[in-house]
Amino acid sequence: MVSFKNLDKKFGKNVVLNGLNLTIHSGGIIAVLGPNGSGKTTLIKSLLGMVLPNKGSIEINNQNIKNQWEYRNNIDYLPQIANFPGNLNVNELFTMLKDLRGKTTKDQELIELFKLQPFLKEKLSTLSGGTKQKVNLVLTFMFDSPLVILDEPTSGLDPISMIRLKELIQQEKSKGKTIFITTHIMNFVEEVADEIIFLLEGKIYFQGTVSALKTKTKQQDFEYAIATILSENHA
Amino acid sequence: MNVIIILVPLIGTIFGVMYYYNSKEFTELLLAQPIKRSSIFLGQYLGVAISLSLSLVLGLGIPFVTYGLFESAIIWNFFSLLTTGVFLTFIFTALAFNIALSNENKIKGFSYAILLWLFLAVIYDGLFLLSLMYFQNYPLDKFSLIATMFNPIDLSRILILLQLDIAALLGYTGAVFKQFFGTSLGFIMAMAMLGFWVVLPVARMLFVAKRKDF
Repeated sequence: MVSFKNLDKKFGKNVVLNGLNLTIHSGGIIAVLGPNGSGKTTLIKSLLGMVLPNKGSIEINNQNIKNQWEYRNNIDYLPQIANFPGNLNVNELFTMLKDLRGKTTKDQELIELFKLQPFLKEKLSTLSGGTKQKVNLVLTFMFDSPLVILDEPTSGLDPISMIRLKELIQQEKSKGKTIFITTHIMNFVEEVADEIIFLLEGKIYFQGTVSALKTKTKQQDFEYAIATILSENHA
Repeated sequence: MNVIIILVPLIGTIFGVMYYYNSKEFTELLLAQPIKRSSIFLGQYLGVAISLSLSLVLGLGIPFVTYGLFESAIIWNFFSLLTTGVFLTFIFTALAFNIALSNENKIKGFSYAILLWLFLAVIYDGLFLLSLMYFQNYPLDKFSLIATMFNPIDLSRILILLQLDIAALLGYTGAVFKQFFGTSLGFIMAMAMLGFWVVLPVARMLFVAKRKDF
């Protein structure tokens, strides 16, 4: 279980999170949605301890995460922009991460799944955007952690990899993992998400299922339902 | 000797800043992993500082050894030169990391780093000299001792000068310095001061890194 209590974060004068309260129970796929700059990435980064909130607390399984680092052993994180040290090749990067986090055998399976074998000896700086994203995905799913955070997992992926990613996410879910996803592709959300969290101006605007959101906004189509929220609040 | 005293800090500063900005992505990757923040930054700092020190020691050591250093009498002078060189590398790499951590903007970070080097290597001496001229009617030996302590480059220069026994050339001031730094107390003080110059920036670096958002 993850709970955020009264979370405040400002970057200079820009208020990003404004007294955010949120509790998430374990298991299932949770989509974090919201317009650009609504604080999705900040929320995720504060869960990882990369961004330090000005106020409030975050607890994972009733443990406050402030100034802790061991808890990250139980989190897999896919960053939004895949930035890797360009002087390493793909294989070296995998080996290094395995060195840091302990043994895993899942990497071969994932390399197979995303067809990365031809790129293993290539330098990371020479890879295309989509291939980098695949490397990123392998790194994320390599360690079987109970909490998985995916920040824009679909960016730059070709359709076939996208299908494989969806399958992979469902597979991980069936193991009882909690999976956070942020994305702007609504079809993707509608297909995979069990629960939706809609962020607006640093607060939780909506938390519930896709159908509950449709009922609330009186829209049949999910994409329009989201658009309704946005236009109502920005009109 | 002057080449080392001036160049070593410059190389330490430039490499420190460059390394930090270049490995930013890597740092962000590591921050999401189960590693303590202080280990990440301390590791990066030591990585840069130790490799720079090694290149200094090997780069100077090998030619001197092949030249027959071990038979000559200057081996201790050479040794003190290397020690201060290593100290300077550690000090200036730590200062550079501090500057880079506090400035997101690369160009700004680089400029501040070079300015810091210029200040400690050149401008400080100028100001020091000016103040000595201006207050020449007063007894200045205590002041100049203390002022020297506050600049690691000056401190290293004096330490080496005294080892080389050219202190006599410096006249009265030289005698005062010799009296202070030449004793074991003075030497220990000077080394402790250099140690402070390493520890304080490193402590600040860890402090800032712990509170920074990435």
